[in-house]
Amino acid sequence: MAESGARLLVADDNKVNRLLLIRSLELMGHRAAGAENGRVALEMLERESFDLMLLDIAMPEMDGFQVLERLLASTRLRDLPVIVTSAVEGLDSVVRCIELGADDYLHKPVNPVLLKARVNSSLEKKRLRDAQRELVRRFATSEVAQDLQQSGFALGGKHVNATVMFSDIRGFTSMCASQPPEETIELLNTYYTLMFDAISGRGGVVNQMIGDGLMAVFGAPLPLADAAGSAVRAALDMIEMIELLNVEHAAAGKAPVRIGIGIASGEMIAGYTGTQQRATYTCVGSTVNLAARLEAHTKDAQRTILIDRATLEALPPDAQVEVLGPVPLKGIAPAVEVFSVDCAQSL
Amino acid sequence: MQDAIDLAVFRELQDTAGAEFVTELVDTFLEEAPAMLAELRAARAAADGERFRRAAHSLKSNGMTFGATTLGALARALELKGIDADPSRNEAAIAAIDVAFADAAEMLKELARG
Repeated sequence: MAESGARLLVADDNKVNRLLLIRSLELMGHRAAGAENGRVALEMLERESFDLMLLDIAMPEMDGFQVLERLLASTRLRDLPVIVTSAVEGLDSVVRCIELGADDYLHKPVNPVLLKARVNSSLEKKRLRDAQRELVRRFATSEVAQDLQQSGFALGGKHVNATVMFSDIRGFTSMCASQPPEETIELLNTYYTLMFDAISGRGGVVNQMIGDGLMAVFGAPLPLADAAGSAVRAALDMIEMIELLNVEHAAAGKAPVRIGIGIASGEMIAGYTGTQQRATYTCVGSTVNLAARLEAHTKDAQRTILIDRATLEALPPDAQVEVLGPVPLKGIAPAVEVFSVDCAQSL
Repeated sequence: MQDAIDLAVFRELQDTAGAEFVTELVDTFLEEAPAMLAELRAARAAADGERFRRAAHSLKSNGMTFGATTLGALARALELKGIDADPSRNEAAIAAIDVAFADAAEMLKELARG
Protein backbone atom coordinates (compact mmCIF):
# COMPACT_ATOMS: atom_id res chain seq x y z
CA MET A 1 0.00 0.00 0.00
CA ALA A 2 1.15 3.49 -0.82
CA GLU A 3 -0.08 4.59 2.61
CA SER A 4 2.51 2.38 4.24
CA GLY A 5 4.77 5.32 3.50
CA ALA A 6 6.99 5.63 0.49
CA ARG A 7 9.97 7.96 0.53
CA LEU A 8 9.80 10.72 -2.02
CA LEU A 9 12.05 13.51 -3.17
CA VAL A 10 10.72 16.87 -4.30
CA ALA A 11 13.10 18.80 -6.53
CA ASP A 12 11.92 22.37 -6.98
CA ASP A 13 13.85 25.61 -6.71
CA ASN A 14 10.78 27.52 -5.63
CA LYS A 15 10.39 27.25 -1.88
CA VAL A 16 6.62 27.73 -1.85
CA ASN A 17 6.15 24.98 -4.45
CA ARG A 18 8.58 22.71 -2.68
CA LEU A 19 6.94 23.10 0.75
CA LEU A 20 3.47 22.68 -0.70
CA LEU A 21 4.36 19.51 -2.57
CA ILE A 22 6.11 18.05 0.48
CA ARG A 23 3.05 18.89 2.56
CA SER A 24 0.71 17.24 0.03
CA LEU A 25 2.80 14.09 0.01
CA GLU A 26 2.96 13.97 3.79
CA LEU A 27 -0.81 14.31 3.96
CA MET A 28 -0.94 11.25 1.69
CA GLY A 29 1.04 9.30 4.27
CA HIS A 30 4.44 9.46 2.60
CA ARG A 31 7.74 10.81 3.78
CA ALA A 32 9.21 13.53 1.62
CA ALA A 33 12.44 15.46 1.39
CA GLY A 34 13.20 18.56 -0.65
CA ALA A 35 16.02 19.61 -2.97
CA GLU A 36 16.36 23.19 -4.19
CA ASN A 37 17.83 22.34 -7.59
CA GLY A 38 18.74 19.45 -9.85
CA ARG A 39 22.30 19.14 -8.63
CA VAL A 40 21.25 18.85 -4.99
CA ALA A 41 18.55 16.35 -6.00
CA LEU A 42 21.11 14.12 -7.73
CA GLU A 43 23.42 14.28 -4.73
CA MET A 44 20.57 13.18 -2.47
CA LEU A 45 19.59 10.38 -4.85
CA GLU A 46 23.16 9.11 -4.83
CA ARG A 47 23.27 9.17 -1.06
CA GLU A 48 19.84 8.01 -0.02
CA SER A 49 17.19 5.70 -1.30
CA PHE A 50 13.94 7.12 -2.71
CA ASP A 51 10.89 5.48 -4.23
CA LEU A 52 9.80 8.37 -6.41
CA MET A 53 10.83 11.89 -7.38
CA LEU A 54 8.70 14.90 -8.20
CA LEU A 55 10.82 17.01 -10.52
CA ASP A 56 10.51 20.62 -11.57
CA ILE A 57 11.87 21.64 -14.97
CA ALA A 58 12.97 25.27 -14.68
CA MET A 59 15.66 25.23 -12.00
CA PRO A 60 19.01 27.00 -11.65
CA GLU A 61 22.35 25.10 -11.65
CA MET A 62 20.85 21.96 -13.14
CA ASP A 63 17.40 21.87 -14.68
CA GLY A 64 14.91 19.01 -14.83
CA PHE A 65 15.89 17.90 -18.33
CA GLN A 66 19.52 17.52 -17.26
CA VAL A 67 18.45 15.56 -14.19
CA LEU A 68 16.43 13.18 -16.37
CA GLU A 69 19.42 12.71 -18.68
CA ARG A 70 21.67 11.88 -15.73
CA LEU A 71 19.15 9.38 -14.35
CA LEU A 72 18.90 7.68 -17.72
CA ALA A 73 22.67 7.25 -17.80
CA SER A 74 22.82 5.73 -14.32
CA THR A 75 22.25 2.00 -13.92
CA ARG A 76 21.23 2.46 -10.31
CA LEU A 77 18.85 5.36 -10.85
CA ARG A 78 17.45 4.78 -14.32
CA ASP A 79 14.38 2.97 -12.96
CA LEU A 80 13.51 5.59 -10.37
CA PRO A 81 10.00 6.76 -11.20
CA VAL A 82 9.84 10.48 -11.91
CA ILE A 83 6.79 12.68 -12.13
CA VAL A 84 7.56 16.03 -13.67
CA THR A 85 5.72 18.87 -11.98
CA SER A 86 6.11 22.06 -13.90
CA ALA A 87 4.38 25.20 -14.91
CA VAL A 88 6.40 25.36 -18.15
CA GLU A 89 3.88 25.82 -20.91
CA GLY A 90 3.62 24.03 -24.19
CA LEU A 91 3.51 20.40 -25.18
CA ASP A 92 7.18 20.38 -26.23
CA SER A 93 8.52 20.14 -22.72
CA VAL A 94 6.02 17.40 -21.80
CA VAL A 95 7.10 15.35 -24.81
CA ARG A 96 10.76 15.92 -24.04
CA CYS A 97 10.28 14.76 -20.44
CA ILE A 98 8.47 11.61 -21.48
CA GLU A 99 11.19 10.89 -24.03
CA LEU A 100 13.76 11.29 -21.29
CA GLY A 101 12.02 8.63 -19.26
CA ALA A 102 9.66 10.58 -16.98
CA ASP A 103 6.67 8.49 -15.95
CA ASP A 104 4.18 11.28 -15.81
CA TYR A 105 3.68 15.01 -16.06
CA LEU A 106 1.65 17.24 -13.77
CA HIS A 107 0.99 20.83 -14.50
CA LYS A 108 1.47 23.37 -11.72
CA PRO A 109 -0.29 24.45 -9.62
CA VAL A 110 -0.66 20.76 -8.92
CA ASN A 111 -4.16 19.53 -8.28
CA PRO A 112 -3.98 17.47 -5.07
CA VAL A 113 -6.39 14.81 -6.29
CA LEU A 114 -4.44 14.31 -9.50
CA LEU A 115 -1.20 14.32 -7.56
CA LYS A 116 -2.41 11.54 -5.30
CA ALA A 117 -3.61 9.44 -8.23
CA ARG A 118 -0.37 9.86 -10.20
CA VAL A 119 1.89 9.26 -7.22
CA ASN A 120 0.03 6.11 -6.25
CA SER A 121 0.03 4.85 -9.80
CA SER A 122 3.77 5.47 -10.19
CA LEU A 123 4.53 3.78 -6.87
CA GLU A 124 2.37 0.84 -7.88
CA LYS A 125 4.24 0.57 -11.16
CA LYS A 126 7.51 0.64 -9.27
CA ARG A 127 6.30 -2.08 -6.93
CA LEU A 128 5.31 -4.25 -9.87
CA ARG A 129 8.64 -3.61 -11.55
CA ASP A 130 10.52 -4.50 -8.36
CA ALA A 131 8.39 -7.62 -7.90
CA GLN A 132 8.98 -8.62 -11.51
CA ARG A 133 12.69 -8.16 -11.14
CA GLU A 134 12.59 -10.25 -7.98
CA LEU A 135 10.70 -12.98 -9.85
CA VAL A 136 13.19 -12.96 -12.71
CA ARG A 137 15.94 -13.20 -10.11
CA ARG A 138 14.31 -16.12 -8.35
CA PHE A 139 13.24 -18.15 -11.34
CA ALA A 140 15.71 -17.28 -14.01
CA THR A 141 18.86 -17.13 -11.85
CA SER A 142 20.91 -13.99 -11.46
CA GLU A 143 23.08 -14.75 -14.49
CA VAL A 144 20.09 -14.96 -16.80
CA ALA A 145 18.55 -11.92 -15.12
CA GLN A 146 21.76 -10.00 -15.66
CA ASP A 147 21.98 -11.14 -19.26
CA LEU A 148 18.35 -10.11 -19.78
CA GLN A 149 18.90 -6.73 -18.18
CA GLN A 150 22.01 -6.07 -20.23
CA SER A 151 20.91 -7.31 -23.64
CA GLY A 152 17.15 -7.30 -23.37
CA PHE A 153 14.86 -10.14 -24.20
CA ALA A 154 15.03 -11.67 -27.65
CA LEU A 155 14.04 -15.11 -28.75
CA GLY A 156 16.85 -16.59 -30.73
CA GLY A 157 20.07 -18.38 -30.17
CA LYS A 158 23.79 -18.43 -30.51
CA HIS A 159 26.56 -21.00 -30.42
CA VAL A 160 28.33 -21.21 -27.09
CA ASN A 161 30.97 -23.48 -25.61
CA ALA A 162 29.70 -24.69 -22.28
CA THR A 163 29.17 -27.64 -19.98
CA VAL A 164 25.78 -29.19 -19.31
CA MET A 165 24.76 -31.26 -16.32
CA PHE A 166 21.73 -33.46 -15.84
CA SER A 167 20.83 -34.91 -12.48
CA ASP A 168 17.94 -36.84 -11.03
CA ILE A 169 16.89 -38.90 -8.06
CA ARG A 170 17.26 -42.65 -8.49
CA GLY A 171 14.08 -44.65 -7.89
CA PHE A 172 12.06 -41.53 -7.26
CA THR A 173 8.79 -42.95 -8.58
CA SER A 174 8.82 -45.84 -6.11
CA MET A 175 9.69 -43.37 -3.30
CA CYS A 176 6.61 -41.34 -4.23
CA ALA A 177 4.43 -44.40 -3.98
CA SER A 178 5.75 -45.41 -0.57
CA GLN A 179 5.47 -42.12 1.32
CA PRO A 180 2.83 -39.43 1.97
CA PRO A 181 2.62 -36.71 -0.73
CA GLU A 182 3.70 -33.89 1.59
CA GLU A 183 6.87 -35.83 2.39
CA THR A 184 7.61 -36.16 -1.31
CA ILE A 185 7.22 -32.43 -1.87
CA GLU A 186 9.32 -31.69 1.19
CA LEU A 187 12.02 -34.03 -0.07
CA LEU A 188 11.95 -32.38 -3.50
CA ASN A 189 12.23 -28.93 -1.97
CA THR A 190 15.13 -29.97 0.23
CA TYR A 191 16.78 -31.67 -2.73
CA TYR A 192 16.40 -28.63 -4.97
CA THR A 193 17.63 -26.26 -2.28
CA LEU A 194 20.78 -28.34 -1.80
CA MET A 195 21.38 -28.86 -5.52
CA PHE A 196 20.80 -25.19 -6.40
CA ASP A 197 23.23 -24.20 -3.69
CA ALA A 198 25.92 -26.60 -4.94
CA ILE A 199 25.45 -25.61 -8.58
CA SER A 200 25.28 -21.86 -8.14
CA GLY A 201 28.17 -22.08 -5.66
CA ARG A 202 30.30 -23.23 -8.58
CA GLY A 203 28.96 -20.67 -11.05
CA GLY A 204 26.39 -22.90 -12.73
CA VAL A 205 22.83 -22.01 -13.66
CA VAL A 206 19.89 -24.35 -13.09
CA ASN A 207 17.64 -23.71 -16.06
CA GLN A 208 15.24 -26.64 -16.06
CA MET A 209 13.47 -28.56 -13.33
CA ILE A 210 11.31 -31.48 -14.33
CA GLY A 211 9.92 -33.55 -11.49
CA ASP A 212 12.95 -34.92 -9.70
CA GLY A 213 15.37 -34.02 -12.50
CA LEU A 214 17.26 -30.87 -13.24
CA MET A 215 19.41 -29.45 -15.97
CA ALA A 216 22.20 -26.99 -15.25
CA VAL A 217 24.50 -25.04 -17.55
CA PHE A 218 28.03 -23.90 -16.77
CA GLY A 219 29.58 -21.20 -18.96
CA ALA A 220 26.36 -19.74 -20.39
CA PRO A 221 24.71 -17.27 -20.60
CA LEU A 222 27.71 -15.67 -18.90
CA PRO A 223 31.17 -17.13 -19.57
CA LEU A 224 32.87 -19.10 -16.80
CA ALA A 225 36.65 -19.58 -16.63
CA ASP A 226 36.66 -23.35 -16.07
CA ALA A 227 33.16 -24.48 -16.98
CA ALA A 228 33.85 -28.23 -17.16
CA GLY A 229 35.91 -28.29 -13.96
CA SER A 230 33.25 -26.23 -12.17
CA ALA A 231 30.53 -28.62 -13.26
CA VAL A 232 32.42 -31.64 -11.92
CA ARG A 233 33.18 -29.84 -8.67
CA ALA A 234 29.51 -28.92 -8.35
CA ALA A 235 28.63 -32.61 -8.91
CA LEU A 236 31.01 -33.63 -6.11
CA ASP A 237 29.44 -30.99 -3.84
CA MET A 238 26.00 -32.31 -4.70
CA ILE A 239 26.96 -35.85 -3.76
CA GLU A 240 28.45 -34.62 -0.50
CA MET A 241 25.24 -32.77 0.34
CA ILE A 242 23.14 -35.81 -0.49
CA GLU A 243 25.31 -37.87 1.87
CA LEU A 244 24.65 -35.33 4.62
CA LEU A 245 20.95 -35.48 3.86
CA ASN A 246 21.11 -39.27 4.08
CA VAL A 247 22.58 -39.09 7.57
CA GLU A 248 19.43 -37.21 8.60
CA HIS A 249 17.26 -39.64 6.68
CA ALA A 250 18.87 -42.62 8.40
CA ALA A 251 18.29 -41.01 11.81
CA ALA A 252 14.61 -40.54 10.89
CA GLY A 253 14.36 -44.12 9.69
CA LYS A 254 13.89 -43.05 6.06
CA ALA A 255 15.40 -44.63 2.96
CA PRO A 256 18.53 -42.97 1.59
CA VAL A 257 18.38 -40.77 -1.49
CA ARG A 258 20.57 -41.68 -4.46
CA ILE A 259 21.19 -39.44 -7.42
CA GLY A 260 22.77 -39.83 -10.83
CA ILE A 261 24.65 -37.08 -12.66
CA GLY A 262 25.70 -36.83 -16.31
CA ILE A 263 28.04 -34.11 -17.58
CA ALA A 264 29.13 -33.24 -21.12
CA SER A 265 31.05 -30.31 -22.59
CA GLY A 266 31.26 -28.74 -26.01
CA GLU A 267 29.44 -26.52 -28.41
CA MET A 268 25.72 -26.01 -28.04
CA ILE A 269 23.04 -23.59 -29.08
CA ALA A 270 21.92 -21.35 -26.26
CA GLY A 271 19.06 -18.92 -26.18
CA TYR A 272 15.60 -18.07 -25.00
CA THR A 273 13.04 -20.48 -26.32
CA GLY A 274 9.31 -20.34 -26.09
CA THR A 275 6.97 -17.52 -26.98
CA GLN A 276 7.16 -13.81 -26.32
CA GLN A 277 4.92 -14.39 -23.29
CA ARG A 278 6.63 -17.39 -21.78
CA ALA A 279 10.19 -18.33 -22.44
CA THR A 280 13.10 -20.00 -20.73
CA TYR A 281 16.81 -19.81 -21.21
CA THR A 282 18.03 -23.14 -22.43
CA CYS A 283 20.72 -24.98 -24.36
CA VAL A 284 20.17 -27.57 -27.04
CA GLY A 285 22.33 -29.70 -29.30
CA SER A 286 24.23 -32.97 -29.31
CA THR A 287 26.32 -32.03 -26.24
CA VAL A 288 23.12 -31.49 -24.23
CA ASN A 289 21.73 -34.75 -25.55
CA LEU A 290 24.92 -36.56 -24.55
CA ALA A 291 24.76 -35.19 -20.97
CA ALA A 292 21.16 -36.42 -20.66
CA ARG A 293 22.16 -39.88 -21.97
CA LEU A 294 25.12 -40.06 -19.58
CA GLU A 295 22.82 -39.28 -16.68
CA ALA A 296 20.41 -42.03 -17.80
CA HIS A 297 23.37 -44.42 -18.10
CA THR A 298 24.39 -43.96 -14.45
CA LYS A 299 21.73 -46.52 -13.52
CA ASP A 300 23.01 -49.23 -15.90
CA ALA A 301 26.64 -48.47 -15.12
CA GLN A 302 25.86 -48.33 -11.37
CA ARG A 303 27.96 -45.21 -11.05
CA THR A 304 27.06 -41.80 -9.67
CA ILE A 305 28.80 -39.26 -11.90
CA LEU A 306 29.48 -39.93 -15.58
CA ILE A 307 31.31 -37.50 -17.86
CA ASP A 308 32.40 -37.35 -21.49
CA ARG A 309 35.95 -36.98 -22.84
CA ALA A 310 35.72 -33.20 -23.37
CA THR A 311 34.86 -32.73 -19.70
CA LEU A 312 37.60 -35.14 -18.60
CA GLU A 313 40.22 -33.24 -20.60
CA ALA A 314 39.41 -30.07 -18.66
CA LEU A 315 40.02 -31.76 -15.29
CA PRO A 316 43.36 -31.64 -13.46
CA PRO A 317 45.64 -34.60 -14.34
CA ASP A 318 45.37 -36.07 -10.83
CA ALA A 319 41.57 -36.31 -10.98
CA GLN A 320 40.41 -39.79 -10.00
CA VAL A 321 38.34 -41.26 -12.84
CA GLU A 322 37.47 -44.72 -14.01
CA VAL A 323 37.48 -45.45 -17.74
CA LEU A 324 34.27 -47.24 -18.67
CA GLY A 325 35.28 -47.57 -22.33
CA PRO A 326 33.19 -46.85 -25.37
CA VAL A 327 29.54 -47.22 -24.42
CA PRO A 328 26.67 -47.38 -26.90
CA LEU A 329 24.16 -44.74 -25.84
CA LYS A 330 20.64 -44.50 -27.17
CA GLY A 331 20.36 -42.11 -30.11
CA ILE A 332 24.10 -41.42 -30.19
CA ALA A 333 26.33 -43.12 -32.72
CA PRO A 334 29.05 -44.26 -32.58
CA ALA A 335 29.62 -45.46 -29.02
CA VAL A 336 31.19 -42.78 -26.83
CA GLU A 337 33.96 -42.94 -24.29
CA VAL A 338 32.47 -42.63 -20.82
CA PHE A 339 34.30 -41.86 -17.60
CA SER A 340 33.12 -42.27 -14.05
CA VAL A 341 34.26 -39.68 -11.51
CA ASP A 342 35.34 -40.99 -8.11
CA CYS A 343 33.01 -39.30 -5.65
CA ALA A 344 35.38 -39.54 -2.70
CA GLN A 345 37.77 -36.84 -3.90
CA SER A 346 37.95 -33.10 -3.89
CA LEU A 347 39.19 -31.31 -6.97
CA MET B 1 -7.38 45.14 -4.37
CA GLN B 2 -10.53 43.28 -3.34
CA ASP B 3 -10.15 40.77 -6.16
CA ALA B 4 -6.39 40.40 -5.86
CA ILE B 5 -6.96 36.87 -4.56
CA ASP B 6 -9.46 34.39 -5.96
CA LEU B 7 -11.11 33.25 -2.74
CA ALA B 8 -12.25 29.91 -4.16
CA VAL B 9 -8.65 28.99 -4.99
CA PHE B 10 -7.34 30.16 -1.62
CA ARG B 11 -10.03 28.33 0.39
CA GLU B 12 -9.39 25.17 -1.53
CA LEU B 13 -5.70 25.44 -0.77
CA GLN B 14 -6.55 25.80 2.92
CA ASP B 15 -8.89 22.82 2.77
CA THR B 16 -6.40 20.50 1.15
CA ALA B 17 -3.18 21.61 2.82
CA GLY B 18 -4.56 22.81 6.17
CA ALA B 19 -5.15 26.43 7.21
CA GLU B 20 -2.24 26.52 9.60
CA PHE B 21 0.17 25.25 6.98
CA VAL B 22 -1.16 27.78 4.46
CA THR B 23 -0.43 30.61 6.91
CA GLU B 24 3.20 29.45 7.01
CA LEU B 25 3.22 29.09 3.26
CA VAL B 26 1.95 32.66 2.83
CA ASP B 27 4.79 33.86 5.07
CA THR B 28 7.28 31.95 2.93
CA PHE B 29 5.85 33.50 -0.21
CA LEU B 30 6.00 37.01 1.25
CA GLU B 31 9.63 36.42 2.19
CA GLU B 32 10.60 34.92 -1.16
CA ALA B 33 8.66 37.07 -3.61
CA PRO B 34 10.72 40.30 -3.24
CA ALA B 35 13.81 38.28 -4.24
CA MET B 36 11.94 36.97 -7.30
CA LEU B 37 10.96 40.52 -8.28
CA ALA B 38 14.56 41.66 -7.77
CA GLU B 39 15.76 38.73 -9.88
CA LEU B 40 13.32 39.73 -12.61
CA ARG B 41 14.78 43.25 -12.63
CA ALA B 42 18.37 42.02 -12.50
CA ALA B 43 17.75 39.62 -15.40
CA ARG B 44 16.17 42.46 -17.37
CA ALA B 45 19.17 44.68 -16.67
CA ALA B 46 21.58 41.91 -17.69
CA ALA B 47 19.39 41.12 -20.73
CA ASP B 48 19.52 37.45 -19.62
CA GLY B 49 16.47 35.87 -21.26
CA GLU B 50 16.77 32.52 -19.48
CA ARG B 51 16.94 34.06 -15.98
CA PHE B 52 14.17 36.48 -16.88
CA ARG B 53 11.80 33.71 -17.90
CA ARG B 54 12.65 31.64 -14.86
CA ALA B 55 11.93 34.50 -12.45
CA ALA B 56 8.64 35.32 -14.21
CA HIS B 57 7.83 31.61 -14.18
CA SER B 58 8.30 31.36 -10.41
CA LEU B 59 6.09 34.38 -9.76
CA LYS B 60 3.42 32.99 -12.06
CA SER B 61 3.53 29.58 -10.44
CA ASN B 62 3.25 30.94 -6.88
CA GLY B 63 0.66 33.51 -7.85
CA MET B 64 -1.55 30.76 -9.24
CA THR B 65 -1.05 28.58 -6.18
CA PHE B 66 -2.53 31.24 -3.90
CA GLY B 67 -5.19 32.38 -6.34
CA ALA B 68 -3.39 35.68 -7.03
CA THR B 69 -4.99 35.80 -10.44
CA THR B 70 -3.77 39.21 -11.63
CA LEU B 71 -0.22 38.62 -10.44
CA GLY B 72 -0.22 35.19 -12.07
CA ALA B 73 -1.57 36.48 -15.37
CA LEU B 74 0.91 39.37 -15.57
CA ALA B 75 3.86 37.12 -14.72
CA ARG B 76 2.66 34.56 -17.23
CA ALA B 77 2.52 37.18 -19.99
CA LEU B 78 6.07 38.15 -19.16
CA GLU B 79 7.27 34.55 -19.10
CA LEU B 80 5.79 33.85 -22.50
CA LYS B 81 6.99 37.06 -24.09
CA GLY B 82 10.45 37.03 -22.53
CA ILE B 83 12.93 39.84 -22.84
CA ASP B 84 11.65 42.65 -25.01
CA ALA B 85 13.93 44.45 -27.47
CA ASP B 86 12.52 47.59 -25.93
CA PRO B 87 13.46 47.52 -22.20
CA SER B 88 10.86 50.12 -21.29
CA ARG B 89 8.05 47.73 -22.21
CA ASN B 90 9.42 45.07 -19.84
CA GLU B 91 9.94 47.67 -17.16
CA ALA B 92 6.34 48.81 -17.42
CA ALA B 93 5.21 45.21 -17.09
CA ILE B 94 7.46 44.68 -14.07
CA ALA B 95 6.01 47.79 -12.44
CA ALA B 96 2.52 46.36 -12.98
CA ILE B 97 3.66 43.11 -11.37
CA ASP B 98 4.97 45.12 -8.37
CA VAL B 99 1.53 46.59 -7.87
CA ALA B 100 -0.21 43.25 -8.34
CA PHE B 101 2.11 41.66 -5.81
CA ALA B 102 1.56 44.44 -3.25
CA ASP B 103 -2.22 43.98 -3.60
CA ALA B 104 -1.97 40.22 -3.36
CA ALA B 105 0.37 40.40 -0.36
CA GLU B 106 -1.98 42.65 1.56
CA MET B 107 -4.98 40.44 0.95
CA LEU B 108 -3.04 37.25 1.65
CA LYS B 109 -1.94 38.64 5.03
CA GLU B 110 -5.53 39.36 5.91
CA LEU B 111 -6.79 35.99 4.73
CA ALA B 112 -4.05 34.09 6.50
CA ARG B 113 -4.76 35.94 9.74
CA GLY B 114 -8.51 35.49 9.41
